[in-house]
Amino acid sequence: MSTKTFSVTIRVWRQSAAGRPGRFVDYPVAGVSPDMSFLEMLDVVNDGLTLKGEEPIAFAHDCREGICGTCSLTIDGKPHGPHEGVATCQTYMRSYKEGDLIVVEPFRARAFPVQKDLVTDRSAFDKIQQAGGFITARTGSAPDANSVPIAKGVADLAMDAAQCIGCGACVAACKNSSAMLFVAAKVSHLGLLPQGQPERDRRVLSMVRTMDSLGFGGCTNQYECSAACPKLISHDFIARLNRDYAKAVFRTAFEPVAAGGGGEG
Amino acid sequence: MAKLESKVPPGPLADKWQSYKASMRLVNPANKRKYEVIVVGAGLAGSSASATLSELGYKVSNFVFHDSPRRAHSIAAQGGINAAKNYQNDGDSVHRLFYDTLKGGDYRARESNVHRLAEVSANIIDQCAAQGVPFAREYGGLLANRSFGGAQVSRTFYARGQTGQQLLLGAYSALSRAVAGGGVTLHTQMEMLDLVVVDGHAKGIIARNLVTGEVTRHTADAVVLATGGYGNVFNLSTYARGSNATAIWRAYKRGACFANPCFTQIHPTCIPVSGDYQSKLTLMSESLRNDGRIWVPKRKEDRLKPPGSIPEEDRDYYLERMYPSFGNLSPRDISSRAAKRVCDEGRGVGETGLGVYLDFGEAIGRLGEAGVRERYGNLFDIYHEITNENAYKVPMRIFPAVHYTMGGLWVDYDLMSNVPGLFVLGEANFSDHGANRLGASALMQGLADGYFVVPYTIGNYLATQKPGSRPSVDRPEFLQAKQSVDAGTARLFGINGKQPVSHFHKRLGHLMWQYCGMARTREGLEKGLKEIPALRAEFWENVKVPGSADSLNQSLEQAARVGDFLELGELMCRDALARDESCGCHFREEHQYPDGECKRDDEHFAHAAAWEYAGEGKEPVRNVENLNYESVKMSVRNYK
Repeated sequence: MSTKTFSVTIRVWRQSAAGRPGRFVDYPVAGVSPDMSFLEMLDVVNDGLTLKGEEPIAFAHDCREGICGTCSLTIDGKPHGPHEGVATCQTYMRSYKEGDLIVVEPFRARAFPVQKDLVTDRSAFDKIQQAGGFITARTGSAPDANSVPIAKGVADLAMDAAQCIGCGACVAACKNSSAMLFVAAKVSHLGLLPQGQPERDRRVLSMVRTMDSLGFGGCTNQYECSAACPKLISHDFIARLNRDYAKAVFRTAFEPVAAGGGGEG
Repeated sequence: MAKLESKVPPGPLADKWQSYKASMRLVNPANKRKYEVIVVGAGLAGSSASATLSELGYKVSNFVFHDSPRRAHSIAAQGGINAAKNYQNDGDSVHRLFYDTLKGGDYRARESNVHRLAEVSANIIDQCAAQGVPFAREYGGLLANRSFGGAQVSRTFYARGQTGQQLLLGAYSALSRAVAGGGVTLHTQMEMLDLVVVDGHAKGIIARNLVTGEVTRHTADAVVLATGGYGNVFNLSTYARGSNATAIWRAYKRGACFANPCFTQIHPTCIPVSGDYQSKLTLMSESLRNDGRIWVPKRKEDRLKPPGSIPEEDRDYYLERMYPSFGNLSPRDISSRAAKRVCDEGRGVGETGLGVYLDFGEAIGRLGEAGVRERYGNLFDIYHEITNENAYKVPMRIFPAVHYTMGGLWVDYDLMSNVPGLFVLGEANFSDHGANRLGASALMQGLADGYFVVPYTIGNYLATQKPGSRPSVDRPEFLQAKQSVDAGTARLFGINGKQPVSHFHKRLGHLMWQYCGMARTREGLEKGLKEIPALRAEFWENVKVPGSADSLNQSLEQAARVGDFLELGELMCRDALARDESCGCHFREEHQYPDGECKRDDEHFAHAAAWEYAGEGKEPVRNVENLNYESVKMSVRNYK
């Protein structure tokens, strides 16, 4: 652990509320320890602002260990900052040096409107999830867990996709603000598993339709998304999503529909 | 005095839950949709309860202060979830899981609740697998297990080092499905700031919209709190920064008893503190203790030497030495205290001397680096990000940190508090872990409560309430509660002092760690009981809350939460002082065996202490629920 401190300047997006104009403001930060996390540096800045009678910088954060997906800063143009495979909260000041100017913005996307300063509204992700990101398994109706064996490779691949923390960095990194990696991760996680088969087609169709309706752009396969993903979720899942979507469109077009109604009396 | 009726059903322990379920009151399906239930919190317990209650037909409103239910701190649990499946054929059973949990809690939990927990544990795994939770598998496709502390069987199910995440996303997916179906109305970025009690029953909440600042009144036929634990009273902990006690604390001030507030789990394997600016302590999963060996140098003089230069014979693998049968997998309270002891002896490693080694050298020799990476890779990555050290080459340095609170609102067998209509689930209640929680049991309890307990037991209460009888939000009780919330906010802005909220939170954390941490004494606790109220008075004179109430204001949110912590911290010290014995996590230095182990006093303290609010400035009342063990003999915990 090093004890030497240094100074930087942060250039931060300030915006008082949704729909209001915003601007960049520079703040000098002295006494930065290399062992501080980026968010701890902001805590220190905010305490200083409070003492001066200014409003602290609003930023979203919670677990501070890279798993909740709340933190969401674009640092020097990169969602979650300079390093691969980490969230903003896992970025440490040892990545910077004396005199650096660091530009801090919210995740930018039409579907993620700014609520205040660096905090954005990402509820569009919840809406996509509600459109089909689940397996219908009423509580109490499940068979014994070992009655459905799943090959280790399949379970591992599903887990790779399931690791998504729902932060939205993929959207912020994409020039089209596409949510394809987010949707692909969920569709792949559930679609790989035997439990996910009965709803596989309607899931992918409904999630993609909802994604399109919420103002996310289309995917042009440049894969900025997986490069910015704090969990390094592979863009291969986007290819899988595209295949699933095409198959679902085809299958549902030719799907026989039962003529009778429900059998319940 | 509050009336504490545990309502434990009669009959043999193993039959209680089954026979109770068969005899409890039911609400008919047509009437269920006439009842509205408010669920506060969207972690494992809150999400699973919301989804399941709506599947049954109740109308559910879920309130969560996060921007999405998926952010709740259950997401951060790493290691696993216990279940008595006996898939490993190693002799596990419901009884054994029950017994391990009860013993792990040092006989301070309610026997019947713990047994029920063990019973439904197997259903949880089935439920989660059906939802698509990608549990770890063996090559044959069946579920894999690992071992956890305090057990000699392998019953922990896991999804890499992200079990909590995967289970929460499973519950979140069930919740999302319910929202889409119209059964649950989701209120995100809404924080509960008061409980509304009408004619002695919990009938609603007051909540603040964290984006617009609007404070609104919400009515219901029953209120379910699943708002998690209160470990952030210590400031530095493994909790998320937003985790808070406000919902349960405000419910306490409306009459719900707070049980065993001093029972705080200190987790043995966290990354040590590095500086004053620090906001968070990061856990290194207990699962690491399956393969990592914990040691310090035998001699103090060696403590700053590079660990690789210290030969085997000069190392003290103290857990293996002191507890040969459980070794590095001894329960958390015991392992934490042992770490404190060797550091107190001056043998702690790292600059601060507050650290011990968790060494994978032997495991890498046995499994290869790739084998260790396969099991724990993401944890080694986290460690590297924070410390800039490569734990494949040098041992990790770890130290205990606050991790979980076993105490919480008192509940009966139905998980209902002493305020009728107020149900409390998961970490927010006190019921299942006694004085110490075993690893991989928090996820089990959260999901047991939400999926398999409260959906049944809430009907037992609602059946006594006339459908459609929930009160109007214009009743005086709602107006009064909203006024009191507004007044609290105005008071915070009115102080305009000279210190930010964090200043007081840090100081409170230091006091709590010093006086109510891993080791407690009468003298220290008495000091705490003087210094905490003094700090609280200073807070209310000198805190500065910038901005306004009618917009997103994180300083205001934090100030209100720390204001509550400053009251709760005092109650924790009071509880720790009154409990004049040692048990589990609660180590009173006055009460120990010559080898430093906890000395319980079953004659005087085989009970849960449920504190009852008596009004501003008055001493709370200590109620007692005696714990009667029908099928287990209380013994001295022995892991040697």
